Amino acid sequence: MRSIQKNLARFNEVGIRPVAVSVDSPEDSRDLCQKAGYTFTFLSDPNLVAIRPFDLVHAGQGIKGHDIARPAEFLIDKTGTVRWRMLTENFWVRARPEQVLEAAKVLQ
Amino acid sequence: MKRINWSIWLGLIVSIFAFLSYPILFVNWETTRDFPWANIVLFVIAFALLLIGIRRAFAPGRRLLSKIVAPIVATISLLALGLFILTAFVAARWLPASANAPQVNQQAPQFTLKDTNNKEVALTELLSQPLNGNPPKGVLLVFYRGYW
Repeated sequence: MRSIQKNLARFNEVGIRPVAVSVDSPEDSRDLCQKAGYTFTFLSDPNLVAIRPFDLVHAGQGIKGHDIARPAEFLIDKTGTVRWRMLTENFWVRARPEQVLEAAKVLQ
Repeated sequence: MKRINWSIWLGLIVSIFAFLSYPILFVNWETTRDFPWANIVLFVIAFALLLIGIRRAFAPGRRLLSKIVAPIVATISLLALGLFILTAFVAARWLPASANAPQVNQQAPQFTLKDTNNKEVALTELLSQPLNGNPPKGVLLVFYRGYW
């Protein structure tokens, strides 16, 4: 998240809108955005309406034993087609901004 | 007065730091995050110190207490190494396979979710609403675990 915020201007310049999705409530996400200074879109998916069809449910991993999303990134073009994705195999490793910017070169 | 076995205690401190510094410090930079080489270097330093410390503890003329404490300290340090391996390499891979996640060139599932203002937002809107005055070329969806 931090690296996305840091590179937000570069993303926007090439026409990419970053959107974060988690099971956190809109209120929790708003608190996070205020505290951390995130200015891009955060969406709340407590009922897994996006997380489940994307097959990213990590069952029972929330602190209250609820289902959460596993980390993953998808670059989607304006027709709604996936053009790049990263399903990390390691919890600590996330997509680097340069990888996304490189992948974004195929977007029209 | 008997001299304190500094290397063994320093070895312990460096081991614990080598473990804790990964989740709280080194994950903040991609170069030390994606492969935790900085922590591995710290553990190498820690175990060199521990080795020196153990040799010193068992040198002639050391007290019995020194010979008892040194292996205990070394064991705690090994535990820190074990926890580090578990955190950075083993548990980090306990993720669902997501075999049915949309593939490249496949259509992404449609969805509508609430944003931080409790406003319903559809993926189609995110793909069409102007970005800095221009139509966007795409959306980067970032799924994350949440802060619960």
